[in-house]
Amino acid sequence: MSQGLSWYIIVIVLFNVLGMLALIWWSGKGSSKKVAEGEEMGHVWDGDLREFNNPLPRWWLWMFYITIAFALVYFALYPALGKTKGVLNWTQEKAWEKEEKKADEEFAAFFQQFDGKDLTMLAGDPGAVRAGKRLYLNYCSQCHGSDAGGARGFPSLADNDWLYGGEPENIRTSILAGRNGMMPPFGPVLGDDGLEDVAAYVMQLNGRQVDDAKAKAGQEKFALNCAGCHMPDGTGNKFLGAPNLTNNIWVYGGSPGAIKMSIREGRNGVMPAHKDFLGEQKVELVAAYVLSLTEAAKEQ
Amino acid sequence: MATETTYNDVVVRQFTVMTVVWGVVGMAVGVLIAAQMLWPALNFETPWLTFGRLRPLHTNAVIFAFGGSILFASSYYVVQRTCQTRLFGGPLVGFTFWGWQLVILLAAITLPLGITTSKEYAELEWPIDILIALVWVSYAVVFFGTIFKRKVKHIYVANWFYGAFIITVAMLHIVNSAAVPVSLTKSYSAYSGAIDAMIQWWYGHNAVGFFLTAGFLGMMYYFVPKQAGRPVYSYRLSVVHFWSLIALYIWAGPHHLHYTALPDWTQSLGMIFSLVLLAPSWGGMINGIMTLSGAWHKLRTDPILRFMIVSLSFYGMSTFEGPMMSIKTVNALSHYTDWTIGHVHSGALGWVALVSIGTVYALLPRVFGREGMYSSKLIETHFWLSTIGIVLYIVAMWIAGIMQGLMWRALNEDGTLTYSFVQSLEAMYPFYAVRLLGGALFLLGMFIMAYNVWKTVAGSKPTEVAVPQAA
Repeated sequence: MSQGLSWYIIVIVLFNVLGMLALIWWSGKGSSKKVAEGEEMGHVWDGDLREFNNPLPRWWLWMFYITIAFALVYFALYPALGKTKGVLNWTQEKAWEKEEKKADEEFAAFFQQFDGKDLTMLAGDPGAVRAGKRLYLNYCSQCHGSDAGGARGFPSLADNDWLYGGEPENIRTSILAGRNGMMPPFGPVLGDDGLEDVAAYVMQLNGRQVDDAKAKAGQEKFALNCAGCHMPDGTGNKFLGAPNLTNNIWVYGGSPGAIKMSIREGRNGVMPAHKDFLGEQKVELVAAYVLSLTEAAKEQ
Repeated sequence: MATETTYNDVVVRQFTVMTVVWGVVGMAVGVLIAAQMLWPALNFETPWLTFGRLRPLHTNAVIFAFGGSILFASSYYVVQRTCQTRLFGGPLVGFTFWGWQLVILLAAITLPLGITTSKEYAELEWPIDILIALVWVSYAVVFFGTIFKRKVKHIYVANWFYGAFIITVAMLHIVNSAAVPVSLTKSYSAYSGAIDAMIQWWYGHNAVGFFLTAGFLGMMYYFVPKQAGRPVYSYRLSVVHFWSLIALYIWAGPHHLHYTALPDWTQSLGMIFSLVLLAPSWGGMINGIMTLSGAWHKLRTDPILRFMIVSLSFYGMSTFEGPMMSIKTVNALSHYTDWTIGHVHSGALGWVALVSIGTVYALLPRVFGREGMYSSKLIETHFWLSTIGIVLYIVAMWIAGIMQGLMWRALNEDGTLTYSFVQSLEAMYPFYAVRLLGGALFLLGMFIMAYNVWKTVAGSKPTEVAVPQAA
């Protein structure tokens, strides 16, 4: 803020506040001389509209003074008058940081009880899983769903099928460092017919009825273009996050249209890293919750 | 020049009748969207019946169509009577009526179609904004032209408030609506980011302060002393609260943007001037209610006066609640909850609608050449329906709002949120039902009013009223 603007703000603010005091002073002094208090002012409108010259109610005036005094004190304490910072040196960023620090201190003890415990053990600890689930509902459910069942573009975490592996350390890494699953567009490479063929083959891998000739042609193109990531048998590669194309589980939808769109335009799935955002303690509990879902899915 | 010897009551009659029509329409839409909160299926899977589109239709209809019509009607009536002269402006007078009705009609078409600037209470797109500006400037010419050619020396206090309302709304509307058009139905605000937000709420809060407060105080200052047959309580209080009210209101907008990207100093000023606004606001309430001293007994027999006095009580209550909610720590709880909706309706139904209804009941018989309204009993019924309706509405929203605020900030032992948003929504259902009941009662009262108005107007033979010659 420029010095000029700052002064402009100071001047109009003080003009407003002092102007009100002047107005009150005027109403108590000058105006009452001509007409005695409690009498009529002597003007008449529309036949019968008149005004009394009553004084301002005392209690109301005190209320007014108190709010004005409060305003002046507040102006001195907080940023209000242009560039002035106020005696307390308060800013909303500092207030937020203070609150966050306080919260961290308050909840630190709770998280410390889980420190140093093995992730598999935590997944079997009801207290840890409960906390992990709450964290999950706060931070993860927006994409992966409140039941962890996933949504279009966001994998299910409850079905024991994993893009990047379901071992404790895989899950932890996915949350801590994030993932970026990138499938390049193959529309230009395959052409319209090629696209139909590959899609037919992928559907055949999932046991669907398709045109055999197309699927056969698709198989060749698959070996050439897709097998590098999705493996020759189409079962995927967890190091790359290339999904298994044979189990009828689909991140981006399994309809013919959705499959073709994935092949034609590619996909770019991003799971953000949560290490800095949540911290390792909390990530460990979220991972424990997700792991517990996997255990439950295995048992079914 | 023959007509110069009579008052122009044609436009007053037009606007008064349309007040009732738009009141019924606007509040009916309000009741529908209140019902949609309970039963979302009531949008019938039709885009133009969805909450997001009907909500601005409701707010525009009740503020600008219902509220606007009674402001035009009463200000035109009052400025002529208290200046003892016919309205200035000739054809401009008729233009303000037909122009304003056209604005309302266009709003009723474009808003359900989803054509919106997305600025709250200023949703209408730029061609309609230009029409509003033209109507409004004409209104100013008519009003101030009439003031200039007045036959009495002093300007009556009601006209100060009407005048301040007209000038300020012109300024607010023109500045906030500045936009770059890209097509007939789409424009982009001339401002960006936090500045856009600040200008929007500078407009938004002063739509409350000037459109819904100063204008209606003008109405109050004529019709309360008229109806009570008593002088205004204190001329000095009028002066002090008028100047302090209009000087302070213009600062209060930032309290809509607490804890946002708005700079700290702006937030502080918004909060502080909102707090200091308490006394000037109550000045109007005191001056209105105390005007009845010596005539309290009239409240027992005159339901019109009761509408006005209860409206002033609601005015006092919501202008106490407003400054309180503008305090940052209170706002941290109340903001984004239904408490805000409750606060708005204690002002909009309790103050604005009740004083408007009282004014219609007082004004309508006078301009239609009747002794009084068709049925005083029905006014009485209307009074109780609307009062009970408002109380149900605002109490439900207080509880709902505070509950939401507390649920949203509730934390578990690990610092996570105890409730999801949907859980807080589920908890609102009973209160949304009570709100719907309150709104429906209020709407029922409006239908009774419409019937009463119909019976009063039908078959009436309004005559031209002669301007009394100065003694």
